[in-house]
Amino acid sequence: MSAQDSAASALAKSTASADAVADIGEQTRLAARRRERLMSIGSPLGLLLAWELAAQTGFIDVRFFPAPSTIIVALWRMLMSGELIEHILISLQRISLGFLLGGIPAILIGIAMGISRPVHALIDPLITATFPIPKSAILPFILLIFGLGELSKVVMVAIGVFFPIAINTTAGVLQIPPIYRDVGRSFNASHWDTFRTIALPGALPFIMTGIKLGAGLALILIAVAEMVGAKSGIGYMIWSAWETFAVARMYVGLFVIALIGFGVSFLLREIERWVIPWKTDN
Amino acid sequence: MEDRQLITLPEKTAQRGPKISIRHLIKRFQSLVAIDDVSIDIEEGTFFAIVGPSGCGKTTLLRILGGLETRTSGEVSIGEPTPGRPQHSMIFQGDSIFPWMTVWDNAAYGLRMRKAPKTEVETSVSHWLDRTGLTRYSGLYPHQLSGGMRQRVSIARAFANDPEVLLMDEPFSALDEQNRTILQQELLRIWEVDKKTVVFITHSVDEAVTLADRIMVMTASPGRSKTIIDVTLDRPRNVLELRNDPRYGRIVYDIWGHLRDEVERARD
Repeated sequence: MSAQDSAASALAKSTASADAVADIGEQTRLAARRRERLMSIGSPLGLLLAWELAAQTGFIDVRFFPAPSTIIVALWRMLMSGELIEHILISLQRISLGFLLGGIPAILIGIAMGISRPVHALIDPLITATFPIPKSAILPFILLIFGLGELSKVVMVAIGVFFPIAINTTAGVLQIPPIYRDVGRSFNASHWDTFRTIALPGALPFIMTGIKLGAGLALILIAVAEMVGAKSGIGYMIWSAWETFAVARMYVGLFVIALIGFGVSFLLREIERWVIPWKTDN
Repeated sequence: MEDRQLITLPEKTAQRGPKISIRHLIKRFQSLVAIDDVSIDIEEGTFFAIVGPSGCGKTTLLRILGGLETRTSGEVSIGEPTPGRPQHSMIFQGDSIFPWMTVWDNAAYGLRMRKAPKTEVETSVSHWLDRTGLTRYSGLYPHQLSGGMRQRVSIARAFANDPEVLLMDEPFSALDEQNRTILQQELLRIWEVDKKTVVFITHSVDEAVTLADRIMVMTASPGRSKTIIDVTLDRPRNVLELRNDPRYGRIVYDIWGHLRDEVERARD
């Protein structure tokens, strides 16, 4: 097969797969996939149903495990009163601001460390020394410095996302094959052009991994920070529900925070597909 | 880019020395002598090939010409480029096009790095993608192309930059034999139109004889110039027909005579 042919076949792949749908083997495979999808929707539904039944029949203690129907009613009430939306929005705002505050310097510093050996020698020990400190353990310190206002929550998230993004960005720059830098030098690329056309795009898959790790940490930290030092947000909502023994509200909080986590990872997958088009065929 | 107009005015054909001049070039890596006192003159418009056993310093020589490596001592000069044009462009061994850029953006890279006007980028890139048979693939990413196609992009990128001198470092060594033959023919076809000065590194004697006007044979470590051979085969050349030409066989045989001892020495 000539080079031209194989590239042409890459082009033709998308049309070929459309034709193959008519294929018998393909159809049974599609049916199997549909069955699998039904099963993966069915298992959580089944669990909810069993839970509901167990609660209704008094098999489990509804003070600790209120029936799903009770939780849904609580969720509906909180939604209607506007209270839930308010908590969600304030938490999302803290997470977003924290992401910007921590993520942008993390990418810049990470790339600088990957490009320049002196910068690496200067900053790497600081990161290595501070990275192992559990971020939740510095919450009192952050509250002391930044007070009980918005800033302390934003800073918590920022610190949390900074480390995985900075570390992954540096690793991402360092794994760029040296030939690409030779190409840049050979075509007289300026420092700015090297950053823009080689270091940043070359490290982008690693940066995205760092951002995904950071997102997980951000959710943990925002919940913890709001439980201790806030009067609003999902974390605060869960904590105050525990304090007033409003167990259904607590479950609503857990459900919502899980939903946020799901939404964030979906969003990041879409962003990844958009900013790294050379990694995926579409 | 207003000063472009001014730049094209002076005729820069006055200078008549060799295009590339290397005098007593020495390159040492700590105690290892990679290149030992090499002197070459390469006339403008010459396709100059350098063959030698692996580790003879031929790639190092090219990287010094390309400004990617420093020299220990000696002189290296490439004739002043026509103002507005770059002095040299390099075609690398193996995959060197950026995976994160489309074929088009890869081919435009050199022009964009030297801030060429948009219209020049447009015309030059589309011209060279056309000459390398890549027009249909201009929106694809490298991972969607075969190895041969990717190396074509690398060739288009270097030619589109319109340099005075092309530096090629074993550009076809990673390809299978059929693709190599096809690309050699394409390179000849492209090159024979405007005959830029080329320095071409290869370990393949056949490839050197097929493509070059002059061939320098290098000795095994330390790299010295063993001999320089003129290839007097007619142009335009056809890669397949050449194999049937008795003169081709004689030149290949001749070069192997010079190379044989060096290859043996390199193995010790």
